[in-house]
Order: sequence, then C-alpha cells, then structure tokens
Amino acid sequence: MRLVDMLRVAAQALVENPVRTLLTLLGVVIGVACVVSMAAIGAGAQQRITEEIGSFGANVLIVNPGATNKDGVSSASGARKSLTEADARAIGELDTIRYAAPSDFGTVQIVAKDRNWSTTVNGTTTKHFAIRQWTIASGRVFSGEEETSAAKVAVIGATAAERLFGTDDPIGQIVRILNTPFTVIGVMVPKGVSFDGQNQDDVVFVPISAAAVRLIGGANSVNHDAVAYILASARSSDWMRYAVDDVKALLRQRHDRETRDDDFTVTTASAALAAQESSTRTVALLLGSVALFSLIVGGISIMNIMLVCVTERTPEIGLRLAIGARPRDIERQFLIEAVALSAIGGVFGVVLGVIAAVLVTRVLGWPVFIAPEMIAVSVGLAAAFGVAFGWYPARRAAALQPVEALRSR
Amino acid sequence: MLISARELSRRYGSAELKFFALEPTSLEIEAGAFVAVVGASGSGKSTLMHLLGLLDQPSSGRLFFDGRDTTALGPDAAAHLRNRRIGFIFQQYHLLPRMTALRNVELPMVYARESSRNRRRRAEAALEAVGLSARIDSLPTSLSGGEQQRVAIARALVMDPVLLLADEPTGALDSKSGEGILGLIEALHRQGRTVVMVTHDEKIAARAPRIIHMRDGSVTSDGAPVRQVPSSPEVVTS
Repeated sequence: MRLVDMLRVAAQALVENPVRTLLTLLGVVIGVACVVSMAAIGAGAQQRITEEIGSFGANVLIVNPGATNKDGVSSASGARKSLTEADARAIGELDTIRYAAPSDFGTVQIVAKDRNWSTTVNGTTTKHFAIRQWTIASGRVFSGEEETSAAKVAVIGATAAERLFGTDDPIGQIVRILNTPFTVIGVMVPKGVSFDGQNQDDVVFVPISAAAVRLIGGANSVNHDAVAYILASARSSDWMRYAVDDVKALLRQRHDRETRDDDFTVTTASAALAAQESSTRTVALLLGSVALFSLIVGGISIMNIMLVCVTERTPEIGLRLAIGARPRDIERQFLIEAVALSAIGGVFGVVLGVIAAVLVTRVLGWPVFIAPEMIAVSVGLAAAFGVAFGWYPARRAAALQPVEALRSR
Repeated sequence: MLISARELSRRYGSAELKFFALEPTSLEIEAGAFVAVVGASGSGKSTLMHLLGLLDQPSSGRLFFDGRDTTALGPDAAAHLRNRRIGFIFQQYHLLPRMTALRNVELPMVYARESSRNRRRRAEAALEAVGLSARIDSLPTSLSGGEQQRVAIARALVMDPVLLLADEPTGALDSKSGEGILGLIEALHRQGRTVVMVTHDEKIAARAPRIIHMRDGSVTSDGAPVRQVPSSPEVVTS
C-alpha cells in the first residue's frame, strides 16, 4: 500500500467521525499546550534570573559584616560594624579587584519643598555606580573633591526623584535629609526591582564622607570609619573565584582573624541567585512534569479511541485482509491514523500553548520565553506519543485473523 | 490442477475436546471448473471455503494452489495470493460504507500498489462488466442489494483472479436479483474463471456442473448435479 493511499485512508477515517476526532484531538491539544506554556514560563523565569545576575553584575561581590564571636560573646550578623572605609580602600588595591566602594545606609525621612518621602539614604562613592554598571540619567555624580570634603550633594534614584519632585526637574533642587540641606546634582536611570524584590530606584545617594559626618554615623557613634557593607567588582567574571579568595584573605589579615571565625561574609550575585535559580528550576521541572502527564493522558485517550476504532472496524479489517492487505498494511493504517491525530493535536496544542503563554505575560506579568526548539520538541513529542500509544491498537488490528474479522458483524 | 487439498482439516477447541469444523478432506478442483458446495449451516462448507481462500489456517493437511503448497505461506505471501489470484464474493457484500462504488472496486488495487490512474480505469471497466457504469459514484447505502452485490463482484474481478470464491452470493437477495447475480457468475465461469460457490440452496447449487455435498464437516458426495442421477441418496426435495 502506498503512503499517499494510507494517508487518504487515515484522513477519511478522521473525517468520517468528526466528533470523535475532535474529542481525541482535545486531549493531545491540551497536553501539548500545557507542555509549551509551562516550558515557556519555566524558560522565562530562568531567563529573568540570568538577566538579574547580568544586571546586578556577574562580577560583583558584596562584603557584609558577619556574625562575630568576640571573647565568647556572639553577636548577630551586622550587629557590629566590623568593616571600615580603610577595608574598602585595601580591597580596591587588590590585583583581582577593579573597584571597591564602601556603603553606609539608613532609612530616613527626606523633605523637598512641600513633599516628604521615607527612603534609603546610601552613603557611598562614585565607584558604587561603576560596580553596579549604573549610569546617570541627568546631572552628574559626585566629584572627587565632593567625596573628600563631605559635600552636601545627592544623586537620587528614579523612584525617589518622582516621589520628591513629581514631574519637576530635581537637578539643583534642595532636599533636607535629617534637617541638613543637600543639593540634588544627579538622577540615576531606572534600574527596576532587584532579585530580592527591592525597588532599587527608591534611594538617595550621598558621598559616604557626608553620610558619616552628618547623617548615619552621627556624633555619638564610636566608629566613624565603620561601613554597612562593601561593594566590589572583580576584574572580570572569570576572576571571581580568585577575587573572593583574595578579599577573604585580605580581611582575615586586616581583622587579625587568622585563628578565629570570620567577622564578615563575601557574597556574589551568582551565589545569591543560585538558591533562587535552583528553586525556579524545581518549579519549572514540576510544571513540566505535570504538563507531561497531561500529554500522557492525551496519549492514552488516543490509544483508547484507536482500540475502539479497531473493534468497530473489525469487519472492514477482515475485508481488507481478504482482498489482499498484508498485516503490516493494516498496522500502518492504524498507526498513521494515531500519528496524524497526535501530530494535528500537537500543532493546535502549540498554537494554544503560545496563546496561553502570551496571556500569562499579559495578565500575570510573568516573563515567558518561547524557544523555537521547544515547539519542535513538543510537536515531535506528540507525534512520538502517537506512535507509542497507537502501536498497541495497530498491532491488535494487524493480528486479526481474516476469517475471524470477517465473521464479526 | 488449480486446487488440490490433501487431508485438509480445521479443528476447534482443546486437545481433549476436539471439534472438527472440517474433517480431514481431500479434493481437487481443476482450472475452469464451476463447483457448488452445498450443505446445511454447520456442515463445514464455509470452513472449507475459508481454507480454500487462505482466509483461515488448516489444523492439518496440505493445500496446493496452482501446484504450490500454501500451508507454509506467511501472512504476507498469503495476502499477495489473495490479492492477485483469488476474488471473494460474500453474502453480506462487505462493501466499505463510506466509499463510492468506484472506490470500493479500486480497493484491491490499492494493496497491489497500482497507480491511481490505472485503478480508476480498471475499476470503471469492472463496473461496466457487471452493468453498473451509471452508479460508479454512488455510496453503497444508495444501492439496492443486487447492485451492491454487483459492486462486490466487480471488486472480486478487478484484479483478474483465476479463482472466484462466492459465499452464499444470493443469500441476502430476493429471487429476481439473485437470478441476475447467478447469471453473472455463470457468465464469469463461461469466460474461463474457476468458480467455487458455497450455498445452502440445492436449486442454486444445481446450476453448477459439479456439486460437493457436505454434512457435519465431511464431504458426503462429489459429482454432477443430483437431478441427473435420480437414484442418488442425496436427493433433497426441500
């Protein structure tokens, strides 16, 4: 039997009973749509994490004060400000490090003319922006002279700018931070939400010297030199591992920690995101397997329908055998019918899955990513399921004895 | 000899509880013969026909078709033989209901991998030979019983087989249509085809020059029609 004839027989069988065909298709369509949309959502989440690592800087490392244990007294992480501006300068001089910037921050009320806004004030240096690859949208960043002289100048994030000045141009305006007037000299480009859910644009940057003297440090603080954290960037992402080791070794030496526990922690963006990435992968895998199960159910519905078909068409099979069909002709006829069902279902399923993925993006705002190879895999998977689940009914049909098949009417 | 059966039998059931649908039977049918197989239902006549048509496997014995032993043939070789050498005519026509008369007649050629142009040409010729040229695009459901059987005969003829096996070809027809079908079968025999016709009806069987009577799975007589031999015990006047 020629292929074109087999296709025609399969097409005829599918057209003969449209309701049955549609219902069978539905199972496969839903299964494939699930696989496609779940894969798109999973890939989208993965891609967003990758982008976040990229946006944070793949070569960025953060040094935080760690939990300390001094003379048997344990303190929580960050309770003591064990890091200093001098540490930051020393880190910046390491061969493996390009930049290092100390940061000290606090949440304070800021007043600008008739508005006020509670936000994070981050005292740092211009290196901070270089490390985070964060550019200025308008105005300028601190000058070296402003940094050393603790000038009362501020560079503000996009959200803080909007809250304090609305649509007005913030450059040159005065903001009062803890009653100290600061001049806004620059506005950063929007950076969006960080991977831990914080709005990175809701911030006001001031020179760390100004912050230490006038704001966060305060006159009653024991250690003016202490900072909340140090941000640093490795020469390149390839140097990350060595950079982390170097920073640790340096700080152990500077803090005289050779024989005691570290009083700091070094975190990298990829390490911080590793946990999130693995949980995303787990969820994606879970979604994918649920989708796969629905595809299996679709496949079983094909098998079910094909078995009914074989029983229904037993006299026809008998006749075909009598007039010269070989068992393998019968087997192929039913197999092609099953594969056609699942392949058609696969195509419609991809369409439905893409629509679902787009809807998810529109309605829920989740990132989705539809990989072309994923579509090919889904359709191929559906066709493979057609072969797998159509095989048994087709074998049953081919195994019929002509005389038995003819008699069953 | 076209067909030669040696101790051919068909047995159903387990080893302890055997039931012979066909007791070991030997018979020969020469090419060009017209043979009627007569018997009541359960006499084994249909079993014999299925075995001769390679639709069933014998439990024992050998069957030679055109000098070739068919007993050891695989399913593909048997299918090939059925396709090229044997035409079947069934009591219930066995037409595929969703296909036109033409497509039904084309079906054996589909399995012979014939090109669609050849298929159409030959199917039209076969339908013309059975007098149905006007109905080639009709679905079986719109045809009368006699017309459906004619389509089935066209389908049996289209591969130009040497052997025609007819299983109660008039069994589902009224006497007038039945007569037409019988006339057609006789004409096919006159054209030189070997015909084996299974029937329960003595009168129909009497149209054949050779009649095989069967009862309980055995051949009880084999020869010329009984009306030419009045003394025969097989005279049935039903």
